[in-house]
Amino acid sequence: MALAITFGDWISEIENWVFAVLALVMVYSALRVVTSKNVVHAALFLVITLGGSAAMFVLLASEFVAWTVVLVYLGAVIILILFGVMITRAPLGFETRLSHPVRVQVGAALASGALFVLIGGAMLDAFGDDPLPAASATRAEEIGQSLFERFVIPFEVVSFVLLAALIGGIVLARQDPTVEEEEVLS
Amino acid sequence: MIINQFLILGAALFSIGVYGVLARRNAVLVLLSVELMLAAVNINLVAFDRYLQDSIAGGQIFALFVITVAAAEVGIGLAIVLLIFRNRKSANVDELDLMKL
Amino acid sequence: MSSLLAFAAPLLLAAEDGAPKEFSDGGVLAEWAWLIPVVPMVAAFAIVFIGKRSPWKGWGLATGSMAFVMIYGAILFISNLNKGITYEGSVAIGEIGTDPYGHTLGLEWGWMVDGLSIMMYLVVGLVGFLVFTYAKGYMEGDIRYTWFFASFALFGGGMLVLVSAPNLIQLIVGWELVGVSSYLLIGHYWEEHENSSAAIKAFLVNKVADVGLFIGAIIISLSVGSFRFTDIMAVIAEGDSQSALARFSFWAGVAIFIGAMGKSAQFPLHVWLPDAMAGPTPVSALMHAATMVTAGVYLIGRLFPFYNTEFFADDTRYIIIIIGTLTLFLTGLLALVANDIKKVLAYSTLSQLGYMVTAMGAGAYTAGLFHLFTHAFFKSLLFLGAGSVIHAVHSNNMSDMGGLRKYMPQTFWTFLIGSLALAGIVPLAGFWSKDEILASIQYAGQNYTTAQGGAELANFVLVVAILGAFVTAFYMTRAVSLTFFGEYKGHGHPHESPKIMTYPLIALAGFSVVAGWINIPGVIKWFTEALEARFLAPGDHHPEAINFGLAAIGTVAAVAGIAIGYFIWFADRETQKERDKFRIPVLYPLLEHKYYIDDFYMDGIVRPLRGPVARAVDWFNGHIIDLVINGTGWLAVRIARVTYWVDQRGVDGVFNASAAATGGTGGLVRLLQTGRIQQYVFLIVAGTVVLVAGFIIF
Repeated sequence: MALAITFGDWISEIENWVFAVLALVMVYSALRVVTSKNVVHAALFLVITLGGSAAMFVLLASEFVAWTVVLVYLGAVIILILFGVMITRAPLGFETRLSHPVRVQVGAALASGALFVLIGGAMLDAFGDDPLPAASATRAEEIGQSLFERFVIPFEVVSFVLLAALIGGIVLARQDPTVEEEEVLS
Repeated sequence: MIINQFLILGAALFSIGVYGVLARRNAVLVLLSVELMLAAVNINLVAFDRYLQDSIAGGQIFALFVITVAAAEVGIGLAIVLLIFRNRKSANVDELDLMKL
Repeated sequence: MSSLLAFAAPLLLAAEDGAPKEFSDGGVLAEWAWLIPVVPMVAAFAIVFIGKRSPWKGWGLATGSMAFVMIYGAILFISNLNKGITYEGSVAIGEIGTDPYGHTLGLEWGWMVDGLSIMMYLVVGLVGFLVFTYAKGYMEGDIRYTWFFASFALFGGGMLVLVSAPNLIQLIVGWELVGVSSYLLIGHYWEEHENSSAAIKAFLVNKVADVGLFIGAIIISLSVGSFRFTDIMAVIAEGDSQSALARFSFWAGVAIFIGAMGKSAQFPLHVWLPDAMAGPTPVSALMHAATMVTAGVYLIGRLFPFYNTEFFADDTRYIIIIIGTLTLFLTGLLALVANDIKKVLAYSTLSQLGYMVTAMGAGAYTAGLFHLFTHAFFKSLLFLGAGSVIHAVHSNNMSDMGGLRKYMPQTFWTFLIGSLALAGIVPLAGFWSKDEILASIQYAGQNYTTAQGGAELANFVLVVAILGAFVTAFYMTRAVSLTFFGEYKGHGHPHESPKIMTYPLIALAGFSVVAGWINIPGVIKWFTEALEARFLAPGDHHPEAINFGLAAIGTVAAVAGIAIGYFIWFADRETQKERDKFRIPVLYPLLEHKYYIDDFYMDGIVRPLRGPVARAVDWFNGHIIDLVINGTGWLAVRIARVTYWVDQRGVDGVFNASAAATGGTGGLVRLLQTGRIQQYVFLIVAGTVVLVAGFIIF
């Protein structure tokens, strides 16, 4: 899996500068998501990571996906999570009990590290330094055509999934608090 | 740009997400980690879409589906966390051992 | 081994005597015979999905499919009598690699239409149709009525897949299909723990034996380079003593026979069959009397030239004949002490299966399969009769019966016919087939004198078989007198069963009378000729004329059994207080505990294995997982504990060591079952890593 391309060659492209910076930021903030002692901070670091992934999509000439990520994730999902944080009264300040004890963390780190080595090794082995072919940005029109011609049935299925999630979310969450819970929540 | 730079970024994010799922106690944080894993998958999907130059943009469409399903998953997941919090006064996953017989 | 070869040589000569026969390929009839296994299978799945909405809640579909098989089987049987059919159809599905000799092992699904399989089609279809009809009355009101017929139709399909198999793979598929439907049906009343344990026991005992079948199938197919029976037979027909198959044939023969011992419940793997009586009675009648348990005999019959040809597994037949003889005599005695009427019949089935296997071991292909054929009718008749009685008195125990002759005349008369047929009274079916087995064993004893010990063994077996005939008549007299004579001792008012149950009884009684007439030595040879239609002639011996001397001895044994039974159990038939006083001091406790075989399996094998093995496996799991999850800090402690454990074993012996291991790891085992999802996720991730890493590295 020796790479024919040198780091010097690689870094001489301006796109790769952008990539390197973005990737470092993403990995750092992803690490903060899983290690932060503050729930709100964790959620905000997730915003950075996902924003980075949106930038990656732009880099990969997939603008439509990038803007969807910005709209759906940054716009809606993170807001939802922040609401969840507040409703479940997760501690807003610094809190040491957000993670498992250190020995579990070590075990988890070993397992996920092994996973990373495995996946990364497999990818390097399989693709080496295959270049990405240059391409113009995929237009939203092409996405729409493909979505409503080739993928129309999965599209409909997903609409059902969303409907089910909507109804399920309401059914699960809707409950008038009893007197006892009023006291807990207040 | 080579494809592997994206794939290895995806692998790193995915492994970090796995770490978070394993190591976090708070259910909301576990959900955040799952979102990280999904984002990693999306990067891989779009990278492969570019690599294979798919004429129907299958990878991008898949990424869109993943985003949609992830949104639904977050909604349901938070509703469940809320419900568990109401019933047990706690959002810590290690106190949820109802799967134990 | 050379002494054993002489045992087989005359059989080969017998095969070469006649001119080679011409067989037809069966034409359209044989080409479409693939429908026979497919129709019941389709019916089974249809019942699962639409059964509750279909006419008669699934019964119609199941019985309809069996009626189809019966009619198709009957047409094939008649045309086979007219002119022998040999046809093999195969559809290639895939390839599973090459054998050491470079042959490509093809995976095929096919259907065999020859004398042997046609006979089985007819038996399965005919008995199946009658039992399914009967089951409508018997199962009426059952809460899992539709599911019952789905499993039952699945059994029918599985049995026909087994019977129609032209290759070993399909045979094993059918073998396992009948195994799983047997499991489902024995455990049909699973609300009672006893019944579900019986189902598990049947499944496990069969699995133990199946390992033998698998090994045998692997040896044979690897050394032949094909799974097809026709290819295996072609190698045997060459008779090359240096061929790969010939070199491995003894162990292959033993391994295949172990598989047959499981399905056909031969001593000492017979223990599952009496317990299998926990299932509904129609199940016992069709599966555990007529068809499924004969699969082992069928398997030996299918591979008969393999067992009957010099240089091949002919020396295995010593084992077969000894096992068969042990089974026929020892299990027959057990039927004398059982109180549950179905268990009496189950032991009787075991004994008769012993006869079939003995016949196969004595090189009597036709006699063994003829007994299979007649036994299917009268034993399913007896089971259905017993079911009719159980339906009336709501008890399996003969101590709750008695005097039923007056209340249920049709059941009584048909049961009596079945009993006489089983006992071997002229001219009922059992007489002809049992007589042919005795004659075949006698022939083996007289004609294989060159074999050292072969003749003595055959003569000894002949004596035991005649004694077995006596015992058979003896216990059937007991069952009939305790059930139908004397005073009624149960509760409520017994009544005759509905017509849907008695008509199958009458039909089966008819077959129990006439089924033996199609193979009267020297007079009618229909059955013999029908079974000769196959790709490689079985090359067995069949008597050319009735051996009146032997027939007389057999009949005398049966009549003596009935007479002695009459004096013991009819003497006090009104009160029947004396019946349990018939006890032979040493023998009776031995029989009552079923030769302690079950106890031996439980205390000698299952319990000693269950604790330590389960503990060891749990220990290993908990240990390894903990090492990973808790990091290296715990490693030292664990290693120390292992060292300690090893040390203790060295110092304090085995008992202390296992105790220490148990104590030291008891807490760890619990860690596996935490109920915490994250731990499960961890296991999934770790498992994936290990698995994928394994794929990449290797």
